Amino acid sequence: MSEEIILRTDNLGISFGGLKAVQHVNLEIRKNEIYGLIGPNGAGKTTVFNMLTGVYLPTEGTFYLGDEELKGMRQDLINRKGIARTFQNIRLFNNMTVIRNVLVGLHNRPEFRCNPFESIFRLGHHFDNEEAMRNKAKELLSIFDLLEERNNLACNLPYGKQRKLEIARALATEPKLLLLDEPAAGMNPQETEELMETIRFIRDKFDMTILLIEHDMNLVSGICDRLTVLNFGTVLAQGNVTDVLHHPDVIKAYLGE
Amino acid sequence: MSYFRKIAKNFKWKHYIVYIILAAVLLLSALLWQAGVMKRSTATMLNQIGYSIILAVSLNIVVGFLGELSLGHAGFMCAGAYLGTFLYNFLIAAIPSKLLCLCIAMLFGGVVAALLGMLVGLPALRLKGDYLAIVTLAFNEIIGNLCKNIKIFGGGMGLKNEQPYGYSLFIVTFVVVILTLIVLQNLIRSKHGRAITAIRDNEIAAKAMGINVTYYKLFAFTIAAFFAGIAGVLYGAAVSPVKYTNFTFNYSIEILVMVVLGGIGSINGSIIAAAFITYLNLTLTNQLSGDLAALKYLVYALILILVVIFNNAPAMRKYREKLDFKKLSDKLFKKKNSDIRDDSAAWDRIPTKIPMDELLSADLKTQNDSPDTSMPEDRSSHE
Amino acid sequence: MSTLIDGLSLGVIYALIALGYTMVYGIAKMLNFAHGDIIMVGAYSVFATLALCGLAFPAILVAVIVCVLLGISVERVAYRPLRGASPLAVLITAIGVSYLLQSIAQLIFGAKPRTVELFSFTPIRIGNSTISGASLLTLGVCIVIMAALTLFVNRTKTGHAMLAVSEDRGAAQLMGINVNRIIMLTFAIGSALAAFASVFYLLYIPSVNPTLGSMPGIKAFTAAVIGGIGSIPGAMIGGVLLGLIETICLRVPALAPFTTSIEFGLLIVILLFKPTGLLGKRRREKV
Repeated sequence: MSEEIILRTDNLGISFGGLKAVQHVNLEIRKNEIYGLIGPNGAGKTTVFNMLTGVYLPTEGTFYLGDEELKGMRQDLINRKGIARTFQNIRLFNNMTVIRNVLVGLHNRPEFRCNPFESIFRLGHHFDNEEAMRNKAKELLSIFDLLEERNNLACNLPYGKQRKLEIARALATEPKLLLLDEPAAGMNPQETEELMETIRFIRDKFDMTILLIEHDMNLVSGICDRLTVLNFGTVLAQGNVTDVLHHPDVIKAYLGE
Repeated sequence: MSYFRKIAKNFKWKHYIVYIILAAVLLLSALLWQAGVMKRSTATMLNQIGYSIILAVSLNIVVGFLGELSLGHAGFMCAGAYLGTFLYNFLIAAIPSKLLCLCIAMLFGGVVAALLGMLVGLPALRLKGDYLAIVTLAFNEIIGNLCKNIKIFGGGMGLKNEQPYGYSLFIVTFVVVILTLIVLQNLIRSKHGRAITAIRDNEIAAKAMGINVTYYKLFAFTIAAFFAGIAGVLYGAAVSPVKYTNFTFNYSIEILVMVVLGGIGSINGSIIAAAFITYLNLTLTNQLSGDLAALKYLVYALILILVVIFNNAPAMRKYREKLDFKKLSDKLFKKKNSDIRDDSAAWDRIPTKIPMDELLSADLKTQNDSPDTSMPEDRSSHE
Repeated sequence: MSTLIDGLSLGVIYALIALGYTMVYGIAKMLNFAHGDIIMVGAYSVFATLALCGLAFPAILVAVIVCVLLGISVERVAYRPLRGASPLAVLITAIGVSYLLQSIAQLIFGAKPRTVELFSFTPIRIGNSTISGASLLTLGVCIVIMAALTLFVNRTKTGHAMLAVSEDRGAAQLMGINVNRIIMLTFAIGSALAAFASVFYLLYIPSVNPTLGSMPGIKAFTAAVIGGIGSIPGAMIGGVLLGLIETICLRVPALAPFTTSIEFGLLIVILLFKPTGLLGKRRREKV
């Protein structure tokens, strides 16, 4: 693990109409790290994700990807800068084929740039681009074992594969940081085990940094390098997994008094 | 030459068959016209079919591929018809060639309509579904109302066309139809078309995948309006006077009927439906006089209701699967699993923007303006 | 003064129609495009009954009954099969129903406008301005109807059930509310209001044709949006506001030809800058 910091949030917080949903979140995520964001329901984890991807505009603090401040940017720009995410309740392009889902993810890659005029009149690199994109998409799909289903509609995939496809699509945007929102939700222990393998594999293969929200303690303690625990919108504890999970406040929040 | 080589390399019969059929129709009818065998009424009908195809296909870009309902397509056509004819009247005095005048007028009418389309696209960035549909309808009525009250456009009498193009207009129209199809089909079959359909399928996910939703929504509205404007000029070149009463939202709905009947999101379907409805329309108008003309609208209404219920009602799923044209044709032609299949099969069902289970999901609360009122209970439930 | 009263009375007619839109939108979550045409059907029922027996009150009663039955059956046949389908599909079907009603009316009664003489009023003079009696009657009765509706929704058990369904259909169903019945009831009430609106509209413009409903329908929808769709007091305020604006515009010669543009322009501006209208509630999509 290098010491290069990929994502830094500086006192990040948001309030909805006076109610402080999240406040004082300071994260420092290093390159190649798998970082866990945990906490009870309603603690504000997804809200943090929404701020990091530009869905919500933080009312306090700011955040940096590398050295660049991303606060206030549009969602698609933030994605282009290098933050990609998955969703808690899967959001695929359901009426499109599996491969097209990934192709949409490849849309903004600089090597596949081409303006609508070129596409309409089939000028420039249109055909070459399309072919290269298709090959790239197939490559990604084969990594996630989805190549066989590439011409099926995304909504017809089984649940586990939909999750995988969502990750593949996010990776297609070539992010520096991948945000996974409850990737193990609705999975049985064996599937969770497989998922842990996949996440580790992604990190190694794509040289990726991953921030994930999770409820499943096995998964969290199994793969996360470091953790932050949120409760009622504030940071309860952060640091190494063992330290955090033995922190008295965390035990109190999870198990009650 | 590498340009043509690439096109030839990527040639697919499936993609070109439409152009071939239309070109054949064009050639045949042009020959018949030159030979003097074709009746004038047929030429008029071909012209109407032509611009109806342009209208239906361009509306399908917005309704089928972008997934937003536009009830103002006739408004763009109106703008195109008025401004195009206005310029045409102006040019015809200076330039002797009617064709050249018409081409310039088409470009002009198209561009003006495109600008209006961009204007109408702006609300689409903030509004969705029903609200947007009403806004487009309002734009349509406003455009009509303004055209009626602008003095140089002839006021309530409508704008007079000094020298109508004549019956051979249908040849120009069909050339424009083929060009329109090439542009729109190529657009849809490119990464940009994919981005537009991605927005239709799931706007939030599209944003998260880096798709510039603002750009593509405006783009779709603009290009659809551009072609509607051109269709308007082609309409205006044939008739005199051009009158705002022909472009009320009733006409927008007539275009929508074509799109819905042909299958939302299916370009070929739109072409067939536009031709069929225009033919039906003309025949019915000739056959039925007076109050019986309402039968025409009765037919439209029934088509709309039955097609939409059949394609969308949850209870109809069983029958839908039995009558899936895509599967039938697959069976008939024994398609091999090609590399990328047009997923138009799923496009004749209007996609639900917000799935029901999401509306019912328990954590909907957290995103309202008063989010975490349920926090303490949630926490205890987690313990 | 007379402009004010006329404007107000036109406004309350719009408000009655807008109430139908807003209730259906709030509870069934759909834009009932055919609502305006129910007004047209109401007006034709008045016309037909008057032609048959010549009495005004049975005519109004028949209009209400016909409209309610029509509203319920349209919901049952055209909209209920699409419950759970995309809002776009439902909207297109509603447009279809609107066309259907118009063409059926034209087939039965013809496209020609027919004159309906419901009541005759002598204008009332107050000071140096005249006020039409029809306007006053409209104003009075509409206010009573709206007050009754507000009481019904806020004070009765059924009214509470309606509010619950509009808030969260799934949860309401789990609480044992028969959602289908509530939606049917909503359509019935909306249609009854439309029937009353048709009667008053006939006082305002005493002629009836097959497309009578579409313009007031769209304008009333504008009113509902201005007030905030889904909100009952909002629909009332929006309707009155729109009626006043229209009446004032029509009486200023420079603005009169552009009345439609002004009204629809207002709709667009409000939707763009305050899509929730004056009193509407805000809903955001979950990420």
